[in-house]
Amino acid sequence: MFDKILRGLGDLREWADERFPVTAFWQDHLVKYYAPKNLNFWYFFGSLAFLMLVIQLVTGIFLTMNYKPTAGTAFASVEYIMRDVNWGWLIRYIHSTGASFFFIVIYLHMFRALLYGSYRKPRELLWVFGMLIFVVLMAEAFMGYLLPWGQMSFWGAQVIISLFGAIPYIGDELALWIRGDFVVADATLNRFFAFHVIAFPLLLIGLVLFHMIALHSVGSNNPDGIEIKKHKDENGVPLDGIPFHPYYTVKDLVGVVVFLMLFSAVIFYAPEMGGWFLEKDNFVPADPLKTPEHIAPLWYFTPFYAILRAVPDKFLGVVAMGASIVVLFLLPWLDRGRVRSVRYRGLWFKWALGIFVVSFVGLAYLGTVAASPLATLFSRIFSVLYFAFFLLMPIYSKLDKTKPPPERVTGK
Amino acid sequence: MKPLFAMMLLLFSGFLPVNVSAGGGDVVLVPADIQLDDREAIKRGAKLFVDYCLNCHSAALMRYSRIAQDLGMSNDEVSSQLITTDAKVGEMMKVAMTAEDAKRWFGMAMPDLSVIARARGVDWLYTYLRSFYRDDSRPWGVNNAVFKDVGMPHVLWELQGLQVPIIESHTDEQGNTSEVIRGFTLVEEGLLNSAEYDAVVRDLVTFLAYLGEPSKLQRLALGKWVLLFLAGLLVLTLLLKKEYWRDIR
Repeated sequence: MFDKILRGLGDLREWADERFPVTAFWQDHLVKYYAPKNLNFWYFFGSLAFLMLVIQLVTGIFLTMNYKPTAGTAFASVEYIMRDVNWGWLIRYIHSTGASFFFIVIYLHMFRALLYGSYRKPRELLWVFGMLIFVVLMAEAFMGYLLPWGQMSFWGAQVIISLFGAIPYIGDELALWIRGDFVVADATLNRFFAFHVIAFPLLLIGLVLFHMIALHSVGSNNPDGIEIKKHKDENGVPLDGIPFHPYYTVKDLVGVVVFLMLFSAVIFYAPEMGGWFLEKDNFVPADPLKTPEHIAPLWYFTPFYAILRAVPDKFLGVVAMGASIVVLFLLPWLDRGRVRSVRYRGLWFKWALGIFVVSFVGLAYLGTVAASPLATLFSRIFSVLYFAFFLLMPIYSKLDKTKPPPERVTGK
Repeated sequence: MKPLFAMMLLLFSGFLPVNVSAGGGDVVLVPADIQLDDREAIKRGAKLFVDYCLNCHSAALMRYSRIAQDLGMSNDEVSSQLITTDAKVGEMMKVAMTAEDAKRWFGMAMPDLSVIARARGVDWLYTYLRSFYRDDSRPWGVNNAVFKDVGMPHVLWELQGLQVPIIESHTDEQGNTSEVIRGFTLVEEGLLNSAEYDAVVRDLVTFLAYLGEPSKLQRLALGKWVLLFLAGLLVLTLLLKKEYWRDIR
């Protein structure tokens, strides 16, 4: 009986394989995709980012079933989901907490690339696709944040869209075109909804696919920053590589469960996260006549927002903010180090990276506080340090006294 | 990295006062100390809410029947005890006053109170409801230490009585004087003494907290089971990982 079922399934697979490369796909991307055996903690965040994408897509679909994207109904429909829809509160909190967790994961994933030089040749396009995902994700989050139609939704969008107005000649027309009205209004909400639920998710899925194709073509980097493909056995299998499935699927599963524990702890015990994930002001319905005392974007935008505010001129501030993101794209070509991994880099790079992290976190913090002379001073210092990390990289990464990396991956 | 990090912390601590005072208001908020799982307090608060608040303020995102469901009351109990209008138990907690009337009488539309506890915080609400004081220059004869020149009359005055502020003047180094309210003296007795009044306000704030997020109790109760399940799953996945990875390196 059991034999028969197995044989039947085998036949089914053969039937399918003749028409669609099921087995070949499974083999190429899981069983015979060889990942370095020394991937550490930092390598959990790729699969976690994918998990977050799926979670946001699925919860988003269910939210869309009850959310009403008009200025008159949006705020109440979110509360309707929180109160009257069965398990609506859970789905909504997963989605709102998920936005912040998505960014936590993405930032750690990007930091991993900095640590181990994962953007270096031949992974430049892998990095560029990743950066495109980051940019689209920011647009996705920004537009999603308008949808609850609270005070912070409204005024945050108002401030950010007005930035386009700073562009000479076409600015005002451009801002008007984006909003679809003279202020953020029903038209803006409706089009942001369309972008948030259709346009950007589609783009994200496409870019993630490209990111994966690029990754599986060049192979994963590792904490030693050396190519495992340099040493292969007689079958062409990297000596330091192990099949992604089952080894990394079971390992990532552990990461997923730990991550879900942290994620659930926030969802069930602190979904507002003290105002960092859900702001108090956003429980007040949008009021175009009443400006909140202190308008700040959510934490994941604040490093870039602080750079914007650090520049006295509005237009140049917008340029600086744009540049702070564009410069990240150039990383593969700015880094001239002889080694990839921070493990074998010299003091120059280690200090530069340390100062960069402090600046980035510092900017993130300063972007959340009200402007004051002291805050502005520090925003300027950190902004300069932020750009210095990238623009001086061709020099210090080249001068750096590196250690020779090992031929084979180390056990650590 | 470590000394650098410590230095950063030190530097940022300098920003903290700026951050706090940006919230506005000189009054230190008094902790409300509510117990959200105290159903009796929520019930008492609901009654107070219906009697004193729901005439002007709506809670239009909340159904009466949800209160019945969450507080273990029957729909009939809610209808007889909490509904003072001709509303049905499945309807939202609306008020008859229109926004136009409110503007004419109070100068502004009354804010809906459905999620007010999430917007203001319970400590703010608790302090606010205890901080009305006599001010004959205001249309309703009262002002509020937390919400300066508030448009709302002191609806709980018959319970609390009337108080006047104790004002302290401060002169800073630049010679600017500022006045700070340091406390209140009761000048007209209410029906309750001050401890009883605080208890009443606490009940009301407990209800407002419940009203802001009715599913919160459900959420807290479910949380531990989810974490427990995941902890179990973690043990299994760790064992699975260990088993597979035994043959590596």
